[in-house]
Amino acid sequence: MYIRSIRQFLLLFSAVILMVGLLAACGQGNGNNSNESSSSNKVNSNGKEESNSKESNEQAKAKDAVKLLNVSYDPTRELYVEFNEAFAKHWKETANQEVTIEQSHGGSGKQGRAVIDGLEADVVTLALGYDIDAIVDAGLIEPDWQSQYELNSSPYTSTIVFLVRKGNPKNIIDWDDLIKEDVEVITPNPKTSGGARWNYLAAWGYALKQNNNDEEAAKQYVAELFKHVPVLDTGARGSTTTFVEREIGDVLLAWENEAYLSINELGPDKFDIVYPSLSILAEPPVAIVDKVVDKRGTREVAEAYLQFLYTDEGQKIAGKNYYRPTNQAIAEQFNDQFPKLELLQIDEDFGGWKAAQEKHFAEGGLFDQIYTPGS
Amino acid sequence: MSKRSIIPGFRLSIGISVFYLSILVLIPLSIIFIKSFELSLAQFWDTIVNPRVLASYRISFVTAFCAAIINTVFGLIVAWVLVRYQFPGKKIIDALVDIPFALPTAVAGIALTALYAKNGWIGSLLEPLGIKVAYSPLGIIVALTFIGIPFVVRTVQPVIEDLEKEMEEAAVMLGAYRLRTLLRVVLPTLYPALLTGFTLAFARGIGEYGSVVFISGNMPLVTEISPLLIMTKLEQYDYAGATAIAAVMLIVSFLLLLLINLLQWSMNRRLTANS
Repeated sequence: MYIRSIRQFLLLFSAVILMVGLLAACGQGNGNNSNESSSSNKVNSNGKEESNSKESNEQAKAKDAVKLLNVSYDPTRELYVEFNEAFAKHWKETANQEVTIEQSHGGSGKQGRAVIDGLEADVVTLALGYDIDAIVDAGLIEPDWQSQYELNSSPYTSTIVFLVRKGNPKNIIDWDDLIKEDVEVITPNPKTSGGARWNYLAAWGYALKQNNNDEEAAKQYVAELFKHVPVLDTGARGSTTTFVEREIGDVLLAWENEAYLSINELGPDKFDIVYPSLSILAEPPVAIVDKVVDKRGTREVAEAYLQFLYTDEGQKIAGKNYYRPTNQAIAEQFNDQFPKLELLQIDEDFGGWKAAQEKHFAEGGLFDQIYTPGS
Repeated sequence: MSKRSIIPGFRLSIGISVFYLSILVLIPLSIIFIKSFELSLAQFWDTIVNPRVLASYRISFVTAFCAAIINTVFGLIVAWVLVRYQFPGKKIIDALVDIPFALPTAVAGIALTALYAKNGWIGSLLEPLGIKVAYSPLGIIVALTFIGIPFVVRTVQPVIEDLEKEMEEAAVMLGAYRLRTLLRVVLPTLYPALLTGFTLAFARGIGEYGSVVFISGNMPLVTEISPLLIMTKLEQYDYAGATAIAAVMLIVSFLLLLLINLLQWSMNRRLTANS
């Protein structure tokens, strides 16, 4: 009887060990990809194989190779693939150290949440400051992050444009045309998509301006606008698919770079880009995740990584990927690509992200009221 | 416990079961409730009776119910055909039934949307008739039906296999018509299995997220399902609000499942009493 229970105990014990081991193994595998829809790309320095880089490392007696994780939002995939390669090369030349940068992409809010929940990002490059502020609230980033880098820590900017079907059959020229009777508008849900918040705010700002800052009228315009939205996707890429692949809607409100990508990837014979009379200056900010870089000892390279975005080379790569460079000299090289238009500013026109978020997108805010019956 | 079972390992297996269920089911579920306690009672109430949230409950439960009903009817027919008739390609069809289990739900959602959107193969035929499937509640039902098929077929199939032909023959010998044999003799023995299949499909449908978000269009008050609202709240960093909605879904689902189980229990009793 005694031996029997010992055997039972051992069996149970080994079962528990096995379970815990299994869980731990699964958990580890999850580390970099804690959400399903975000994808990771590995880009190695100089595009070499990793084994090669190890060899050359030994030869040069350089510092140990280092890895960075950049957690970014949806449409920056192409930008950072190119940028990471350039930076790895630059870092090898200046600091004589191999650096591998891993990327993770997904909706901005979701990515912010992943970092808060423990995804070990060295740097975050998200769609809006509000999502970085949320990480600050979790204690992972110092509150003064926005002054760490020039221009509010926004090395490149973008704006919101209209993507319409070739030849613009519904004759959509400005925000007013979006609420014409037979026009269907495609935009993601501002509650889940960073890009959609910029869409919404641009529409709001336009309506305010048209109606001499009458908020009631602006509210009516935005409510009317969302009545023309037949499908509310959760992210920017989802909306692009709905518009491009499902052929639903007459106009897609999109990031400028996303609109250019759609045209380049799917043929310029299918879509046109329309610049409205007024849009919004979208400043996707970047920040170091202080807690993580201090823990991993990657502060130096992470800081250099973000700083590299401001160099001529970094700015050129941004421009090539349809982000507006903030460096005027570089921006002028892309003048043909980026028509000048009047742009609202989040800080001046909306009192900053915190205020805009509370007023428009928080629980019971203006956006919720659009979808509340009887209001 | 006092009577020793012939087969050893009762204590070991019960220990593993409890441990396993605690780690995987009980503890995660209790976290939902603990998290939602972060809200005051008034906040909790405001969150769960918000018109949009109420609408999403209705949409989730109604579409899951419709899909489960459809699956119960057609799943029974499929199971019947698979057991009772021999035809070429039977093995393939049998294997096909399991595909919704294995396919990533997002893939299912995208495939169904491509098919039922107004430029898709089926959607382009239905659109002129004024039937809109993708981006309407109907689309949600289609997706949930797809997801739920195997649950009904796989629960009913073995029971049909066990049915004794003699019972049907006896019914006919005793003068029952073919329809009557079916309705009064065959079907009643299948009810418990059908109900189980229905319950599984229904429960699966309530929680389904991956396939629905693609086909539903996610319009608030019309095609916005509760799991999506939960995701929305999470992405707004509103953990407590998200768990509040989740807690309500959990309680409602639990009550519904309890009700169905009671129904099944009484049905089983009647069945065994009759025979």
